[in-house]
Parts: sequence; structure tokens; C-alpha cells
Amino acid sequence: MFSFLVRRFLQAGLVLLIVGFVAFSMFNFVGDPIDNMLGQEASQADIERLRSVLGLDQPFVVQYWKFLINALDGNFGISYRQGRPVAEIIAERAPATLELAAVSGLFAITGGIVLGIFTAIRREGFLANFIMTVSLIGVSLPTFLIGILLIYLFSVELDWLPSFGRGEVVDIGGWSTGFLTASGLKALILPSITLGLFQMTLIMRLVRSEMLEVLRQDYIRFARARGLSERAINFRHALKNTLVPVITVTGLQLGSIIAFAIITETVFQWPGVGLLFINAVQFVDIPVMAAYLILISVMFVAINLLVDVLYVAIDPRLRS
Amino acid sequence: MTLLAIQDLSVRAGDLSLVDGVTLDVGAGEVVALVGESGSGKSLTALSVMGLLGDGLTIESGSITLGEANLSGASASVMSELRGNEIAMIFQEPVSSLNPLVPVGAQVAESLIVHGRATAEEAKAQAIDMLRQVGIPEPESRARQLPAELSGGMCQRVMIAAAFISKPRLLIADEPTTALDVTIQAQILELMSALTTETGTAILLITHDMGVVAELADRVCVMYGGCVVEQGPVDTIFAKPRHPYTRMLLNTLPRLDEEPKGELFAIPGNVPSPQDWPSGCRFQTRCDRPTAACFERPELQGDAHRFACFHPTGVAS
Ligand SMILES: Nc1ncnc2c1ncn2[C@@H]1O[C@H](COP(=O)(O)OP(=O)(O)OP(=O)(O)O)[C@@H](O)[C@H]1O
Ligand SMILES: [Mg+2]
Repeated sequence: MFSFLVRRFLQAGLVLLIVGFVAFSMFNFVGDPIDNMLGQEASQADIERLRSVLGLDQPFVVQYWKFLINALDGNFGISYRQGRPVAEIIAERAPATLELAAVSGLFAITGGIVLGIFTAIRREGFLANFIMTVSLIGVSLPTFLIGILLIYLFSVELDWLPSFGRGEVVDIGGWSTGFLTASGLKALILPSITLGLFQMTLIMRLVRSEMLEVLRQDYIRFARARGLSERAINFRHALKNTLVPVITVTGLQLGSIIAFAIITETVFQWPGVGLLFINAVQFVDIPVMAAYLILISVMFVAINLLVDVLYVAIDPRLRS
Repeated sequence: MTLLAIQDLSVRAGDLSLVDGVTLDVGAGEVVALVGESGSGKSLTALSVMGLLGDGLTIESGSITLGEANLSGASASVMSELRGNEIAMIFQEPVSSLNPLVPVGAQVAESLIVHGRATAEEAKAQAIDMLRQVGIPEPESRARQLPAELSGGMCQRVMIAAAFISKPRLLIADEPTTALDVTIQAQILELMSALTTETGTAILLITHDMGVVAELADRVCVMYGGCVVEQGPVDTIFAKPRHPYTRMLLNTLPRLDEEPKGELFAIPGNVPSPQDWPSGCRFQTRCDRPTAACFERPELQGDAHRFACFHPTGVAS
């Protein structure tokens, strides 16, 4: 158990080193940063000075090492486009993305588990079959199309919900939150559904098929033979066994919610890091792109680790 | 006194008849063995009693009563009230029949709690007691373990404990020892026989093994192709089987009172699957004495010892 966790930590570290290397390489492959920063008219002396200030005259490995140390420190350099520290820009944008991802994730997990259980228990029912059919559409429609359809219906036609932006935000110790104002909460609804719908359908279908599989097991029949009610069988015996394999997939889905946020943020002009990244790509703002890449992978790796730990916590068989 | 009475039970899956007119009863405190080769409908008969037939299987006709309660017409809630209370059932695969994520003690205690017969605390204490009774060493710490931490034999003891804890009037045991090692089989059978003597629980014991029948049962009921072909007291049937199928089943047993004759006798051919059952006597395709009469369906005849055959053995033919 302990050695398992140690091994997972080492693997996580290795993944991050590789991602860091890719991010770092972007600086060298996508044009010369000095050119990018000083422009065409700089004198040779200026170029040399900046080169040594930035450490670009040092060997590749040393530069990579410094890049990693700086990244660990939260120092990702200066944005080419905005001329401000990347860390500062990302810190400003992160709350928007994290709040959106949190609400979408919550929506996807609760909706997915509840609907998955429902469609498994009532598998013959009309409503359950209806939900299954609709969910097929949910899986096959691309995210941006769902976003646009929702905007058309709820913003343009019905005029209930805003079509873009975060609404009013409140600043609490450097964290701008949309949770505390009515317009902030309203603005979260459509983007969260857009972002979470795909994951919700996946989780729902997974929970349903796992649950149906579990309900066929011998121990469910023996539980019935002991006189347990359907309710106790479904929720005390079947659910726990259903959730074990669901956790892994769900965890990975949460990681991809943050990654997929790029599309949703673009559709809804949501001022998060995803939109920041898209803008950075347009302007070849390498430091921002590199920082984004690293942050996303740290997030993925952290979620993966957490899932492994949770897995052990839920399934006591793995503890020994 | 009759405890369980099955009258003319038929079970089908769609158009396919799987159990056809089974009549069988079990007296209070009696051990009745239900024997027959694979596919003869033993499990389906038992599951019909429990009200646990799977999806797609229906009871077509017949009545099942337990004491005064009518089981064949009972609602789902009445049935779950009776299960784990008046009737209990244990299965062939002890390890997979226990929930892998729930400690075994909790699974033993559960039926007391769901039927409101004990508080959680009392049930836990009783479960530990019960685990001790079925011969599990250190029941306090074992109760907290998961099925995967126990051996197959231990799991079967746990299942037996879960069945006996509610002191049921009837226990249905569907091949309780088939999945276990031979040495452990004997221990489990001994345990079941000790518990029945103690509690007065009647057992409907499903098995392939005529040796188990001889050891444990008071009466035996032989099934073939979804029908009962012979039933009666164990002594009588072992001494004087009337149905050719019963005689062949008995011939598969090694006899202690005779010199071993080398290879054991095996019944020729296989049980046909339900869609291939012949009309008339189902056993005609494997019987050593079929005649034109066997195209008709033989009725069970006799009183305490009943058999369904036009050409019973033990009569000059
Ligand atoms: N859900 C079902 N649908 C269709 N046929 C079924 C179904 N369940 C069981 N059967 C068939 O019914 C017949 C009787 O099954 P049953 O399980 O009662 O046999 P059994 O006597 O218990 O045999 P075994 O000794 O192998 O347990 C078998 O031929 C089986 O294939
Ligand atoms: Mg069976």
C-alpha cells in the first residue's frame, strides 16, 4: 500500500518533468524570445545584455533546470503580449475557470450518478429509456454546438440567462468569485451545463452499466434471500460496488473538464485561463502557453493521484 | 406435519417449459433431498419457493404454501418479509455470494435488523454468537473481515450463519458443498445436520451427490427433465429404486459393501436441453427399457413411495 503510493508519486514526478521539458522546448522552437521581446531595431549590445540577464547564453540543461526551479516557485516569466508576469495574469484568471469547472464537475457527478442509478433500477421504465435515448444525443453533439443551442434557447429566445461573461464578481482576498451575486450565479448556469453535459452522460452510462452488472452478482441474490428490501439492496449493497470502478473514470473526467473548458470559455467569452490560452495562441505568447500547459498537467497528475488514494479508501481489499 | 407444500408447479421462460408439474412437500424439521443431473430444474424449483426467479422466468401454474402462508400468490413485500425470517436459502458459490465490500459480521446480522427483530447492537452480538456456533474461530475479529480474507469453507460457514441466525422454519440449500474441497464438504454437512437437530429447521437440500443424500436426508425426491420421477424415504429408495433413472443414479455410487469393480458406472448420454425434451416420458431417450407406452406421460403413482414409470424396476418385465 505504502510502496504503491510512493510508486505513484514517482510516476507523477516523471510525467511532470516530461511536460516541463515540452513546455520549455517551445521557447526554443517557436522563434527566438529575444527577437520577440526587443523587436527588430535592437542593438547587438542590447541583445547580448538581455540574453545574459535571461540566462539564455547558458547551456541547455542549465536553462531547463532554472526553468523548472522557477516554475516550482510559481515564476513563469513575463507575458510577451501584456508585459506582466505570467503568474500574475493566471492568478487573475484562475478563479473564473476553477469556479466554472467546480460547478460543472458537481453537476456532472451528481447528475451522472443519480441518473445512472435511476436508469439502472428502472431499466424497463419509459422515463429511463427516454433518458438513455436523449443521452446518446448528449454524447454525440459537440460541446460548442450545445453551448450555442443553449444560448439561442435561454438567452436569445427566452432571455432568462446571460449569453456571455461572468456577471458581477466579488473580490475576496484576490479571489474573484461569482458565487456571491445573483448575476454571477445566473451567468454560471449555461456554461456549466455546456461544459458538464458530456461528462455527465458518460458518468451516467458508466454508472448504469456497472450497476446492472453488480445487480446480476451472486451476492445480490443472497441479499434478496436474506429478505432485504429492494431499496436496501440497491443502495446498501449494489451502490458501493458500483462506485468503485466509477471513481477512476470520474476522476479523469474532472481533469478533462478543466482542459475542455477552453471551448466553453470561448463560446461564452468566459474570462478564464482557457480563453487566456486561446488568445495567447493567437499572439504566440509562449510564456503564457507554457505556463498553461504546465498548470493543466499538474492538475491532471494531482487528480490522478487523488483518485488512486480514494480508490484505496473505498475498496478495503486494496488496503492489505 | 407438512411445512412446505409445492403442488403441480410449472415454470417457463417464454414458450419454453423448464419445470413441469412438480409436486413436493417437506415436513417440519425434515431433511428432503432434491436430486437429479444438471439442468433438471432443481434450482428453478427452489428459486420459485423463494420468489427469486430471475428476469424472464415465470411461474405458469401451481401453488406453493409454507405453513399457512401462500407463497405463489404473495406480493413482493410479503415475500421479503418471509425471506430471511421463515425461509432462508444458501447457494453454491460461497465466496461470490457474499458482498465483497461488506464485513461478514454485518452480512450475518443484516436479516435480523431489516426484519426489525433486533437493534443493530443486539444483532451484532447475535451474529458473533452465530459465527461461533458455525465453528469460526475468533468470531469477534473475523466478523470485521471481508469475504476475500476468508477461505471458501469459512465463507460457506458465514453463509450458513446468515441463514440460521433468523431461526428459519425452512432452509433451502442449493448444492452447498459442490464448490468446496472434499474434506471441507464433510465438515459443512456435519455442521448443517447438527444445526438442524438443534433448531428443528427443515431442509430442502439440492445435490447431485447420492452419498450426501444417504448421509443427511430423510426423504429424497428425484427430478429429471423438469419433472419429479420418483420420491420417497431414503432407505426405501436406496434399497428398492423403482424408476430406472433413480437406479442409474444410485449405480454411480461406489458401494462399500462390494468389491470395487474398477470403473464407476456413469449414466450413458446427456440430459437433453429443455427444447429437446421428448413428449411422454422424458427419460425415454436414455432409458434401457423404453416401449411404445413411454410416448405417454407417466403419472406419479404410489403413496409414501411414488414413482412415474410404466416399467418400474424390480418387477419382472
Ligand atoms: N433464465 C433462464 N432462461 C432460460 N432457461 C433457463 C433460465 N434459467 C435456467 N434455465 C434452464 O432451465 C433448466 C433448469 O435449470 P436449473 O438451474 O433449475 O437446473 P439444476 O437442476 O439446478 O441444474 P444444476 O445442477 O446445474 O444447478 C436448465 O436447462 C437451464 O438451462
Ligand atoms: Mg442448480
